[in-house]
Amino acid sequence: MGTNWAWFHRFGSPPHVYRLAGLLTPWFAWPAALSILAALYGGLVLAPPDYQQGEGFRILYVHAPSAWLSVMIYAVMATAAGIGLIWRMKVAHAAAASCAGIGAWFTVVSLVTGMLWGKPMWGTYWVWDPRLTAQLVLLFLYLGYIGLRSGIDDVGRADRASAVLALVGVVNIPIIRYSVEWWNSIHQAPSVMKMEKPSMPMEMLVPLLLMFLGFTLYFAAVMLVRLRAEILRRERSASWIREALR
Amino acid sequence: MSMGTAAGSWQAARIVLQREWLLAVRRPAQVLQPLAFFAVVTAMFPLGYTPELAKLRAIAPGVLWVGALLASLLALEHLFREDASDGTLEQYVLSGQSLTWLLLAKTIAHWLLTGLPLTLMAPWLGVALGVPLTAAIGVMGALALGTWTLSLLGSIGAGLTLGVRRGGVLLSLLTLPLAVPVLVFGARATELAIVGDSPTGALYLLGSLAVLGLTLAPLAAAAAVRIGLE
Amino acid sequence: MVVLQRLHLAAPVAELVDATDLKSVGRKAVPVRFRPGAPQLCMSPLVVNNLTVYRGERAILSGISFELRAGRALVVTGPNGAGKTTLLRTLCGLVEPEDGQLCWHSELLSFRDPQYHADLAYLGHEAPLKMDLTGRENLRGLVGLRRIVDQRDIEAGLGEMQARSFADRAVRTLSAGQRRRIAFAALSLMGATLWVLDEPVTNLDRAGEALVQTMLSRHLASGGMLLAATHQPLGLDPSLCDSLILGPVKV
Repeated sequence: MGTNWAWFHRFGSPPHVYRLAGLLTPWFAWPAALSILAALYGGLVLAPPDYQQGEGFRILYVHAPSAWLSVMIYAVMATAAGIGLIWRMKVAHAAAASCAGIGAWFTVVSLVTGMLWGKPMWGTYWVWDPRLTAQLVLLFLYLGYIGLRSGIDDVGRADRASAVLALVGVVNIPIIRYSVEWWNSIHQAPSVMKMEKPSMPMEMLVPLLLMFLGFTLYFAAVMLVRLRAEILRRERSASWIREALR
Repeated sequence: MSMGTAAGSWQAARIVLQREWLLAVRRPAQVLQPLAFFAVVTAMFPLGYTPELAKLRAIAPGVLWVGALLASLLALEHLFREDASDGTLEQYVLSGQSLTWLLLAKTIAHWLLTGLPLTLMAPWLGVALGVPLTAAIGVMGALALGTWTLSLLGSIGAGLTLGVRRGGVLLSLLTLPLAVPVLVFGARATELAIVGDSPTGALYLLGSLAVLGLTLAPLAAAAAVRIGLE
Repeated sequence: MVVLQRLHLAAPVAELVDATDLKSVGRKAVPVRFRPGAPQLCMSPLVVNNLTVYRGERAILSGISFELRAGRALVVTGPNGAGKTTLLRTLCGLVEPEDGQLCWHSELLSFRDPQYHADLAYLGHEAPLKMDLTGRENLRGLVGLRRIVDQRDIEAGLGEMQARSFADRAVRTLSAGQRRRIAFAALSLMGATLWVLDEPVTNLDRAGEALVQTMLSRHLASGGMLLAATHQPLGLDPSLCDSLILGPVKV
């Protein structure tokens, strides 16, 4: 590797990342708040109610972005874990650990909002809709990851083991999604959460995308805060900590 | 002392298979227990639902597959755990042979001793659920591919959970979500076979999962075992 | 040149601490005192440089370097918990080190390289035997992964450790000492140059110890190398032994 990879390897240094994370957090946090507020306003106030589903449709503005985030965060987590595994960077492992909890919560949010959406529409809290089912399996994948991490005492081993699991999981996610869609279509269950984006009017599309942006920025901000805490925890006996906390 | 020539990969694989066979013969209970479990679980469903065969036939694919899944998970616990605790797995890692290859041999042995018997049992348990014996070929074909893929997937979790206290439950929690595609395609193939339609489409999908598992899982399992043995 | 019998835990901690290069990275480093035999640069088949191993966030081993020439043994001693077992397992590639290099026969290799493993045999605290198989079956399994051996070789190996009388019983029924004898019989058949042994003579009676000593001496005489962690003297020729003392880990 030539010298132009130095910038990448600097990310392996915990004090450097600690400082960088601290600096970047507000740059993510404030735009996140603004974006989410704008999206909420656009979705709850400005956008017209859906002609079919009425006001209840508005929960889509939280449900869809949180579902996308839950998958995206798993991919980010797996990438960080992979980097940690291949380049032996402890900070990357710390980043993966920081993502897990947030991703799991987004999955829960998508499931709960999905259920709340479903109640007025189908009269029941749960249907085996392919999206909801896939989110449920994703939640299990997250719980497995978190469970494995907490089950191994040694930090280094826990990092490496969960990295392998995350990589195996990320390869499986598309397969699982496809199989769940296939299963659903075979049994001709009504798939009610159709969202054809191109046919969506701008008033609906814009708040949706804004919310997605806001959630992403929120994830970045929270992840950086958790990363700092994780670095502190792992490096607590290192000398640079005393300097940094002064 | 005369030193023989270095052992090649096939020789090493043969040694692994021989050893697994010997161990199974010496400890038949370990091989038979998952099979008994399969039978017991299958028997629970009529007791918990209805004795009417027509109704049972409708849920038979799900029952057979979930039973086979759970029985396989039970057996997966033993794939690496004992070898890890008595130090033999370490010797595999240090043998100079490809660990991926050795673990693949071990997984094959495991499937021959678990998955294959489960597959052969299934049509008979199916009869208890109202499944006609004419569907036997389809049922067995699907289960053979499915349990094979499950053994491969499970070997990854088995390696990762070495050294985790109460690893068995975690192993199930890790493996079951990954096994969803296998369950979906396999149960569908079984259902088609029972009804009398051709299960080829679902079997092809199941087969592709089996091939994908064969190419990727042993590598992941080797990485998992190395980490688990640290 | 250090005589094996002089290596003892009674060495005062102060002596161990002050003469070393403590790598202080804010972590509690392990002081290492290395007393080599007459060192030869780059001529040794086994050279280990700057080995550092963490357990959790603590450094169990820090900056360990040594060389081992053919026909010599490196004996590792230290109090319980000093990291002897971790050191041996890391050298075998069973534990991933934080840092460290291995030079094997002048090639820079990973500790997990199959080329290195093919020439290395490891025996841990427990004899790596399956309880349900007999000694002979275990032997065939252990050695068969590495070498093609015939019945004659197996009998010779068992005979060397005087284990023929109980080689056909299930290992479950054998005592710890008998199991260790079978493990050593397997070791002798593996055809490895470097033997890595953790507490080689535990559980062995006087006769077993003597057999092992003979085996180890013969191994060294034929150009093999030995890395052993031990509390007890191994009875090897002191002129062939180097020593590595691991100090206690400061908490």
